[in-house]
Amino acid sequence: MNKPAMPNSFRTGPDEQGMFGIFGGRFVAETLMPLILDLEEQWNKAKTDPEFKAELQNLSTHYAGRPSKLYFAEGLTKHLGGAKVYFKREDLNHTGSHKINNCLGQILLAKRMGKKRIIAETGAGQHGVASATVAARFGYPCVVYMGATDVARQSPNVFRMKLLGAEVRPVTAGHGTLKDAMNEALRDWVTNVEDTYYLIGTAAGPHPYPELVRDFQSVIGTEARAQMLEQEGRLPDVIIAAVGGGSNAIGLFHPFLDDKDVRIIGIEAGGRGLDGIEHCASMSAGKPGVLHGNRTYLLQNSDGQILDGHSISAGLDYPGVGPEHSWLRDSGRVQYEPILDDEALEAFQLTTRVEGIIPALESAHAIAHAMKIVPKMDKDQLVIVNLSGRGDKDVHTVANMLGMEI
Amino acid sequence: MTTRIDRRMAKLKAEGRPALVTYFMGGDPDYDTALAIMKALPGAGSDIIELGMPFSDPMADGPAIQAAGLRALKGGQTLAKTLKMASEFRAGDDETPIVLMGYYNPIYIYGVDRFLADAKASGIDGLIVVDLPPEMDEELCIPALKAGVNFIRLATPTTDDKRLPKVLENTSGFVYYVSMTGITGSALADTAKVSAAVTRIKGHTALPVCVGFGVKTAEQARVIGASADGVVVGTAIVNAIANVLGPRGEKTADPAEAVATLVSGLAQGVRSARLAAAE
Repeated sequence: MNKPAMPNSFRTGPDEQGMFGIFGGRFVAETLMPLILDLEEQWNKAKTDPEFKAELQNLSTHYAGRPSKLYFAEGLTKHLGGAKVYFKREDLNHTGSHKINNCLGQILLAKRMGKKRIIAETGAGQHGVASATVAARFGYPCVVYMGATDVARQSPNVFRMKLLGAEVRPVTAGHGTLKDAMNEALRDWVTNVEDTYYLIGTAAGPHPYPELVRDFQSVIGTEARAQMLEQEGRLPDVIIAAVGGGSNAIGLFHPFLDDKDVRIIGIEAGGRGLDGIEHCASMSAGKPGVLHGNRTYLLQNSDGQILDGHSISAGLDYPGVGPEHSWLRDSGRVQYEPILDDEALEAFQLTTRVEGIIPALESAHAIAHAMKIVPKMDKDQLVIVNLSGRGDKDVHTVANMLGMEI
Repeated sequence: MTTRIDRRMAKLKAEGRPALVTYFMGGDPDYDTALAIMKALPGAGSDIIELGMPFSDPMADGPAIQAAGLRALKGGQTLAKTLKMASEFRAGDDETPIVLMGYYNPIYIYGVDRFLADAKASGIDGLIVVDLPPEMDEELCIPALKAGVNFIRLATPTTDDKRLPKVLENTSGFVYYVSMTGITGSALADTAKVSAAVTRIKGHTALPVCVGFGVKTAEQARVIGASADGVVVGTAIVNAIANVLGPRGEKTADPAEAVATLVSGLAQGVRSARLAAAE
């Protein structure tokens, strides 16, 4: 791809057509087009409405528990012997991950729009749980589409969703992972256009979803930036987050994009290695294409058929990525690197032992990259890793990988 | 510039009957069988052929067409092979219009300019690309029109009078009215509502309006054909193929014959549409 010209600011996208350079857009069936135009209009009104902001702020504070802490990970820092490592503790949010930030914002939008029913897709189940949570809180029926493979490997989250009153519909198409769940959610939406709000969980899909999900998640970076200034008196040298669809990453990155001395690194799921097809590193090993309403980097074959990919982490098991990440990759502002299943597993265990924190396997990918670069950095340098979620949901997967029985 | 679609629609209008538009999936269950099915369609009464381009993630399709696409991909179908199938058909039939139907990504990866040149050379007359609304016209619609290939747009129950002009603006060949909000193969919507929608669209355009999604029987084809300029049948045809395939994909009867029998019945329904309407 040609490199686009370096913009004055990296924070102005998308344009009116929903494009970040060549990425993004509105590649949806005509049936859905009036719905996403309406969503865009409502979102534009909501984001400048003080009442909307105040209600979201209130819920974020008293319901979700924001602001989340910026925690100096002293144990990990000592162990690695280089730069100071901070964790942005999204794992401490209500429901155990960053997903609640977006769900609170979108459920308020659904309420404004007079919708009667919520649908969502989920991979690891974190977004499904957060969706079921806000649906319960606001009294909406909720249907969560989840790949059958993920239903099996994330059973604790499936049970949580059911307890919260959501209906979990397993999807058997394809490999039964996030991509297939998203197809099925879109089929539901195109069928139930009158009353249904599609609560997309990541910063992908047709415009305006990538923008609005990013804006709801940007609270992560806005807080982290202010907290680092307060705690260390300066900005971090490096910030790192895991990228599946990329919502926790864009949420951390976006407020830092114009701080040109801050190095920004997104971590993709390298699975069992980029040589084969058992990975989900769409930006490291894929090429631009069109899926799920947007143009973005995708894992695909030479005929444009989408591949299924693989990751130990259900939350990263998606063959695409949010369009803004694709644009940030091509513009060179953000560096994207793969981390293998085994490396993530090692980071998961190390963090558990030296910090007493069980990280989500998604977040463990970001920690694994920190483990690679931090020892080579100076002791006075600062690194923020987005601890996007807690790992209780992953204990069965990890036990399996380690050959242990629970 | 008139195309095969324009000529065929004008001819049927003169005959006073609607068109039977038949969809099947290119390469389902394999290339040779699919080509045989395609060749059998005009003789069985199909007026326009919609040739499905398989895609791994068909977001607007129900289980039957999803399965057909997977069978085709498993059988080794690619966009290049679908174009080859069209040109092999075209060698023996220079009249029946062929419309390619599918999703954008395989075309985008093939390369839009190369695709349009090859499609034109293969005798393709029109395109229906589900995930390219008017907002994305620069991608393929405008280049297709320049290349002399019809770009057939879907109008749906959510396309209101305010939006219709935008949807119709660069549409050519015919307008495909999706009878319901939903995926292919769902139950047919209230036919009175469909007729009202067809009338509404005709108030905005001189183009023929064909109706699809949910039409499965000759009787339904007759009822819809009373008001529409064409009736599209897809899932029923795809199911006729699936029904003669065993659990391991082996053929238990001739798929081309099964499709021809079904299409003959549908053609009778379509041909009696205006007679019934006149009663």
